[in-house]
Amino acid sequence: MSIHEWFKKKKSEKEGAYVRERLDIPGNLWIKCYKCSQALFAKELEDNFKVCPKCGYHFKLTHIERINQLTDPNSFKEINANVSSVNFLNFSDSKSYTKRIDEAINKSTIKDAIVTGTCKIGGKDVALGIMDFSFMGGSMGSVVGEKIARLIELAVEKKFPVIIFSSSGGARMQEGIMSLMQMAKTSAALGRLRENRLPYFSVLTDPTTGGTSASFAMLGDINIAEPGALICFAGPRVIEQTIRQKLPPGFQRSEYLMEHGMIDIVCERKELKNKLSTILRWFNEKE
Amino acid sequence: MKKNDPLKNLLPFEKPLAELYAKLEEQKRVATQSKIDMSEEIRLMEKRIETTRKEIFSNLSPIQTVQVARHMQRPTTQDFIDNIFDSFIELHGDRNFADDPALITGIAKLAGRSVVVMGHQKGKNTKENIARNFGMANPEGYRKALRVMRIAERNEKPIIAFIDTPGAFCGIGAEERGQAEAIAKNLREMAELTVPFIAIVTGEGGSGGALGIGMGNKVLMLEYSIYSVISPEGCASILFRTATKANEAAIAMKITAKDLLGLGVIDEIIKEPIGGAHNDIITTANNLKSAIINNLEPLLSLSHRELIADRYNKFRKMGVFQES
Repeated sequence: MSIHEWFKKKKSEKEGAYVRERLDIPGNLWIKCYKCSQALFAKELEDNFKVCPKCGYHFKLTHIERINQLTDPNSFKEINANVSSVNFLNFSDSKSYTKRIDEAINKSTIKDAIVTGTCKIGGKDVALGIMDFSFMGGSMGSVVGEKIARLIELAVEKKFPVIIFSSSGGARMQEGIMSLMQMAKTSAALGRLRENRLPYFSVLTDPTTGGTSASFAMLGDINIAEPGALICFAGPRVIEQTIRQKLPPGFQRSEYLMEHGMIDIVCERKELKNKLSTILRWFNEKE
Repeated sequence: MKKNDPLKNLLPFEKPLAELYAKLEEQKRVATQSKIDMSEEIRLMEKRIETTRKEIFSNLSPIQTVQVARHMQRPTTQDFIDNIFDSFIELHGDRNFADDPALITGIAKLAGRSVVVMGHQKGKNTKENIARNFGMANPEGYRKALRVMRIAERNEKPIIAFIDTPGAFCGIGAEERGQAEAIAKNLREMAELTVPFIAIVTGEGGSGGALGIGMGNKVLMLEYSIYSVISPEGCASILFRTATKANEAAIAMKITAKDLLGLGVIDEIIKEPIGGAHNDIITTANNLKSAIINNLEPLLSLSHRELIADRYNKFRKMGVFQES
């Protein structure tokens, strides 16, 4: 083997290790677990809250799946569904941002990376936000920031608690500085919620990183994480490149964060509705 | 090369100046050796250097602005503190874990008025930069900043923050101690501060690490500083798939003071001397001082409630979207 071949082999091995999780294609009867490679019957996986029965791996959920699993039947009422992104910087990398938005909208049933609305969970009113990773990696641009701010302002008006499920790669770079400003906007809105003595519960799901974790996702009165979720400020590869050290096992996963005091509860998906209902009842004793 | 040699501070795009400086040196050498009066030639050459410099700086590209913003000799927070404020006393530590040398805080007097000052601190050489972690703060830096902001609030003193960081530090310890939480909490708490707050981007405004002390009622920027969600190199390597396209990324992201003023993200651009702040720290500091005082004045008469509302509305309206 020549040295070139050796490098080539090493490179392909490395790339193989980073095969990205694809969202499973509907209609597939069998789905392979991304973690333990177990072949799973799609229906069985569905019935198990999209958690691998063998290894407990939590598959990513779309906003629709999340709403179905979590909210009381037919209680979710979406708000601000028609707010959508604009390519105001005229940003273009390999593709223009306009094209990226269009493609994402065509692929999805939503207009940006978050769905917001009101609903009931265990009979209690909630202002609910659910990020959807399948829409441009759940990145936070002006629309995500605006919808979160409006959701919180609605909660203040109606005196509802707020729950936000985050699943996000961080700020949406195509919106430049404006994506950064959404961190300020969402956090300021949460400050206002707090001033009004209303609780906020943040549910961090895989992955919650960058600008999302460094703003609303970390600010819950109670922070709940799904098991094994990647939760961080800077991603593991960035850190490895910066400090050139091997990272400790389990680093930046939910359990590790709980150990280090950043998360209150690591909760399995099938327990989540129950847990949230109990918490909501503790905060609202009426009825 | 002598110390303070102007050549040493030249950036790659200032190459035409290097040649002129070489000619000037040559003229001076000839003048002293041959004892011919060349003062007229020397004067002309110096003038030519100034006009060339002016020309170069009148039309900097975004990536050239990045180079000025990152210049090793660019004045740091400590330089501005020394030249703008009186009787500065540095305050150390977050009372939880450590003192972060990458972000300095303290109390000082600004034209006779008591204020709280803070800012990221870079070094001017490798040794200093290692000690200051290149101005990349850890969670304890942001927590120290918040602690000192609270001192300001309890004592009704304005807050002045200088932003100059490549970004919040990303390392194992920073993650373990909650870099994300520290920044997030600062954002929420800054929005609620009951005292006037002015933030100035003086060099690199690197993403969350910059915003973590940057939610002022007024946000100002030095002329050749930058403010962005990610470094041009980072953006290039993620979106353009190669770090060498930093130039394109810098243009696309709109990171210069002029662009950001247009977007409504900042309130004012503060002039720098020709050739950049590192060429004349005193003038830069004077410009900065009057800008701070001018922006602070109208805020001083606002009530607690008005100050919070002013800040909330400022950041609440940021964002561009459409609604059908």
